Amino acid sequence: MFNYLFVVLIVVTIFIYFYSKKYSIKIRNQSGYLHSLPQYYGFYASLWFLIPSLIIIGLYLIFAESFVTSTLIKSLPNNIKNLPVNELNLVVNDIKNLAVGNIANSSSFTGINEAANFYNEQYELIDKVVFYSSLIMGLLTFTYAYKTISSSYRARNFIESAIHILLFGSAVIAIFVTAGILLSVLFEALRFFDVINFSEFLFGLSWSPQMAIREGQVGSSGLFGAVPLFAGTILISLIALILAVPIGLLTAIYLSEYADTKVRAITKPILEILSGIPTVVYGFFAVITVAPFIRNTGSFLGLDIASESALGVGLVMGIMIIPLVSSLSDDVISSVPQSMREGSYGLGATKSETIKKVILPAALPGIIGGILLAASRAIGETMIVVMAAGLSAKLSFNPIDAVTTVTVQIVTLLTGDQEFDSPKTLAAFALGLTLFVFTLFLNFIALKIVRKYREQYE
Amino acid sequence: MVIDMINDDFKTLGNTETSNKVVMSVKNCNVFYGDNQALNDINIEVGRSEVLALIGPSGCGKSTFLRCLNRLNDTIDSCRVSGKIHLEEEDIYSGEIDVVMLRARVGMVFQKPNPFPKSIYDNVAYGPKIHGITTSKEELDELVEVSLEKAGLLDEVKDRLHTPGTALSGGQQQRLCIARAIAIKPDVILMDEPCSALDPIATEKIEDLINELKENYAIVMVTHSMSQAARVSQRAAYFHLGNLIEVNDTEKIFNDPEHELTKNYISGRTG
Amino acid sequence: MSNTSITEIVNKNLQTRYKKEARFRRYGQLSIFIAVTFLFIFFTSIISKGYSAFYQAEIFLKIELQQEFIDPDNTNDLEEIRYGDFDGIINESLYSLFPEITKRSDKRELRDLMSSGASIKIQQLVLEDLSLIGKTINIWLPLDDEVDMLIKGNIDVNLPEQSRRISDLQISSIETLQTQGLIKNKFNKTLFVSGDSRESEQAGILGALVGSALMLTITFLIAFPLGVSAAIYLEEFAPKNRFIDFIEVNINNLAAVPSIIYGLLGLAVFINYAGMPRSAPLVGGLVLALMTFPVIIIAARASLQSVPPSIRDAALGVGASKMQSIFDHILPLALPGILTGSIIGMARALGESAPLIMIGMVAFVVDIPTSPLDSSAALPVQVYLWADSPERGFAEKTSAAIMVLLMFLLLMNSLAIWLRNKYEIKW
Repeated sequence: MFNYLFVVLIVVTIFIYFYSKKYSIKIRNQSGYLHSLPQYYGFYASLWFLIPSLIIIGLYLIFAESFVTSTLIKSLPNNIKNLPVNELNLVVNDIKNLAVGNIANSSSFTGINEAANFYNEQYELIDKVVFYSSLIMGLLTFTYAYKTISSSYRARNFIESAIHILLFGSAVIAIFVTAGILLSVLFEALRFFDVINFSEFLFGLSWSPQMAIREGQVGSSGLFGAVPLFAGTILISLIALILAVPIGLLTAIYLSEYADTKVRAITKPILEILSGIPTVVYGFFAVITVAPFIRNTGSFLGLDIASESALGVGLVMGIMIIPLVSSLSDDVISSVPQSMREGSYGLGATKSETIKKVILPAALPGIIGGILLAASRAIGETMIVVMAAGLSAKLSFNPIDAVTTVTVQIVTLLTGDQEFDSPKTLAAFALGLTLFVFTLFLNFIALKIVRKYREQYE
Repeated sequence: MVIDMINDDFKTLGNTETSNKVVMSVKNCNVFYGDNQALNDINIEVGRSEVLALIGPSGCGKSTFLRCLNRLNDTIDSCRVSGKIHLEEEDIYSGEIDVVMLRARVGMVFQKPNPFPKSIYDNVAYGPKIHGITTSKEELDELVEVSLEKAGLLDEVKDRLHTPGTALSGGQQQRLCIARAIAIKPDVILMDEPCSALDPIATEKIEDLINELKENYAIVMVTHSMSQAARVSQRAAYFHLGNLIEVNDTEKIFNDPEHELTKNYISGRTG
Repeated sequence: MSNTSITEIVNKNLQTRYKKEARFRRYGQLSIFIAVTFLFIFFTSIISKGYSAFYQAEIFLKIELQQEFIDPDNTNDLEEIRYGDFDGIINESLYSLFPEITKRSDKRELRDLMSSGASIKIQQLVLEDLSLIGKTINIWLPLDDEVDMLIKGNIDVNLPEQSRRISDLQISSIETLQTQGLIKNKFNKTLFVSGDSRESEQAGILGALVGSALMLTITFLIAFPLGVSAAIYLEEFAPKNRFIDFIEVNINNLAAVPSIIYGLLGLAVFINYAGMPRSAPLVGGLVLALMTFPVIIIAARASLQSVPPSIRDAALGVGASKMQSIFDHILPLALPGILTGSIIGMARALGESAPLIMIGMVAFVVDIPTSPLDSSAALPVQVYLWADSPERGFAEKTSAAIMVLLMFLLLMNSLAIWLRNKYEIKW
C-alpha cells in the first residue's frame, strides 16, 4: 500500500507545485507585483501539502505496530491472553509470521489462523485510515496555504525558514547519534548489570562468558570479570604506541624540517596509502606474515612465542597508526611559528637543537593530544585484533603471550547464533559501553588539548 | 623613471667605509630568490661601536641584506648569495667560519618579539646552554642576570624569572629577546625593525637601550622610521629596489644627500 | 670572559654538536625508511600471495553429451534435464583418458580431480542449447582446488601420501595430463562473476562487490545531504552559543568513536528495535552513513571556510538573501572540496568491516544480492571470512580480494585527488 501512497503523494505534490506557481504568475500579471519569484509559491504550497501527510505517515510507522499488537492480544482467547509475557510473545510472533505468510508453527493453539486473519484485517483497516487521512489532511492544509497566496505574501522567506529548519535539523542529528549510541548501549548494559554485579565486571580477574545451556549446570553463571580484557587491550595498544609514536613523530619532524620537496613528494603519498589500507587487510597481514615471522624469530632465539602473541598484533597495529601520529604531529609542528625557528637559528642553534629544545617543547601539548587520539584509535581497533589476537582471556603483561581485547570479545560474543537476551550477548554491550566511555574521554581530552594549542598560535 | 635614475649612476654614492674599527665588510654581494635578483652588488662596511641604520621603502631589500649577515637566508631553499662577506678576517660564506659560530657572533633581534614559550630564565639561558658557554649553574645564573641587566629588564622581572617569557608585554618581550641575543656576547647585533610592533614608550626604552649597547657591539638596524634612524644611528644606508644607493654619516644623509632618490625619500616624496 | 674565549668554547663543542645533529637526522631518515619498508613488505606479501588467484588450472576434455545420462526418458523437459547426470558424463570422459585405471577406488580418485563446478558448467551449456544433447564437445573445465594448489606448487609432494590431501595416483595422472597439454592455467573468470562458495575454486567476489556497492550508495544518499546541510548550518547560520558548541563537540567526538560502537548501535536500534533484516545492505548502509556523517561535516566545513568572505559580501551586496548567496555562490565554489572530503570518507566506509560484522554481515551468502534488503556480504567482510577459512585455496583468494579492494580504494582516492587538483581554487 505504501508504494502506492508514495506515488500518489509525489504526483499530487508535483501537480500542486505547478498549479500554485501558475496561480502566483496570474496574480503577478494582475497586480503587477509579486513579492517572491513564482517557484517559491509553488514550493510553499507543496510543502504545506506534503508535511502533514508525512507527519501522519511517520506516526503510523512509529505506532502502528504496537497498536495492532495490543488489539491483537486483546482479541485472543483468555487462556492465551493470560500466559506469561515470554510465552505470549512467542505466540504473537507465530501469529505475525503466519499473517505475513512465513512458515510458522501454526499449531500452537486452535484459532491461530483466525487470529492471523484478524491481525491482517486490523492492519488493512489502519492502512486505509492512514492513506485517506494523510491525503485529506494534506489537501486541507494546502487549501489554507493556497488561500494565503497573494502578491504581498513573502513565500521566499517562508521557504528560507523551512530550509533553515532543515539545515538545523541536520546539525542536531549529531546529538541524536551520540544519544542513540549512548542510550542503546547503556540500556542493554544496564540489563547486563541486573544479572552481573557492576564491580564484579569492572574488577573481576577472570573472564569466561560461557553460560549454561540448562539451568543448574556446573559453572552455569559464567565469569564476567573484564580486567584481563582491559589488560590485553592496554598491552596491545601500548606496544602499538611504542612503535608508532617515535617513528611517526620522527617522520613528521624529518618531513617538515629536513626533507626537500622531492623526499616529501614521495613520502607523503606513501603515508597516505598506509593510512588508507583497511584494517581487515592489516589483520590478514598480521596473521599471514608478521605472526609467523615473529614466531620463527622467537624459536630461533629459543623463545616460545604464541602465534597470536600481543607483540605481533601490537606491531601491526603500530604500523597502522604511524600515519595518524605522523600527520597529527605534522600539523602541530608546522603550526609552530617560523619566528621561533629563526629566533633559535639566530642564536646559533643547530637544526636538531632547535627542534629538540624549541619546537618540540612548544608543540608538546599538540603532540600529546595527537598521541591520545592515536591511543583511542588503537584501543577501539577491532579487525586486526579479531583476526590476529587470542580469544582466551589471560591476565598477562608478557608481550609474547596471546591476550584478548575488549573488541575481540564484543565480536566473539555477538557473532554466531545466540539468543539476544542472554547475559553473554548483553555482556558485549557492557564492554561496548566501557569502550565508548573510555574512548570518548580520551577523544574529549585530546581534542581539547589540540584546540587550545591551536588557539595559542592563531 | 626611477629605474633610469638607478641605471644612470650604478655606483653607490657616499662613503661605504667606516671610520671605526671594521667588524664586517661586504663586497659585491648579490642575492637571488630563484631567478629574481633581490640585491644587486652591495658594498658596505660595519664598524665597532656604531649603529648602522638601513633605510628605504618596503621591499627594497634591507631585511634580505640583514639576513645575509648571519646567513639566516640559508633556511630559504631558493635563496642564493654571491660575493664576499667578511666577519673580521673570515669569509662567512666560504666555509672558513662555521654557520653556528657565525650566528653565535652575530646576534639577531626580530621585527616581532619572538620569545620561546619557556620561562624568562630559560629564554636567556638558551644560547649559553646550547653553546656550552657556562660550566656551572652559578655561572649561568650570573650570566642570565647580567644579560637581563644590560637589556634593562632585570628590575622588572627579577622576582619572576621562572614565569613564561610569553606573558611579558610586547616591549618587555623585545628586551628579553635582546637579552637573549647578548647572553652569548656577540660582536654584532642585527636588528630587523625592532620597534615596529611596539608602542611609543616601549620604543623609547629600546632606543635608549640601543644607545647603550652600541658601546660594546656593532649594531646593524633596519628601520622604517626616519626619525628613529636619525635618533639612534651614526651611519645610514639607503636601499632602493635591491640597490644600495647611498651610505654616509647619518647627519650627512639626512641633511645633504648626494643622490636624487635619497633626497626624495628623506623628504617624504617616495616611500 | 672575553670574546675570543667564547669563540674557543663554541669551537670546542662544535664537533660534538654536529655529530648529534647528524645522528638526529639519521633517526628521521631511519623512521621514513622503516615506514616505506613496511609498505613494501606489505605489498610484496599481499601480491606474491594473491596474484596466482587470478588464474586457475583447467582441464581440456572431450565430452560426449549422451542422451542416456542427460535425459534418459527423452522428455525434453528442462526440469528433467536439470537433474541429469552431468557428473557421469564428465567422469566417462575422464576415464577414457586413463584406460589403464580400472580399480573402483582409483577411479574415485580420478573423479576427485574435477571441481563440482565442472558439471554445473556443462549443465548450463545444455540448458541453454538443448540441441547439444547427443553431440560431442571439446571444453575447458575447472579442476578441484587441491589440484590447482598442486599445480601452483603450494603442495609439498615430498610429504608422505597420508599427510597430504592429494594421492600419488592423482599426482601422476595430473603429470600425465600436463605432458599431454590437457591441463593449463586459465584466467580465473569465476573470481569476478560468482558469489561466495564453500569450494574455493568456485568462490567469487561479485556478491561482495554488489553488496558493498549497494551499501555505499545508501551511505552516500544519506550521509552526503545530511552532512552538507549540517555543515552549512554550522558554518553559515549557527549562532555562537552553548548548544551549538555542544553540537560541535558531539561531531568531533563522533568522528573518533571506534567503528565497532556504530555496529553495536546498528544491532540494538536497527535490528533489534526496528526489526530490520540482518545481513542486509540497507542496515549496513545506514550504519556506515552514521559513521561517515561526521567525517563529511568536518570536510564540508573546512571547504566552506575556505571560500573568502568577499564572495558572500558580493552576493549580499547585489541584494541576494543569505540563503541565495549560500546556495548560488558559496556552495558551488565549495563543492569540489566537499566532494573530495566525502569521497575520502566513503573510501574509509568501503574498507570498514567491524560494524558490518556486528549487524550479521558475516553470514555465508552464495547469491548475488538484488536489493538492499537481501542478505549480502561486503568486500572487506569477504576478506575476513576467507582469511578465516582453513582451505589452502582460500589463502590466495583472500589476497586477491584484498588486491581488488585496494584497487577500488585507490580509484576512489585518485578520483578525490583529481577532483581537488582540477577544481580547487586557491584563494
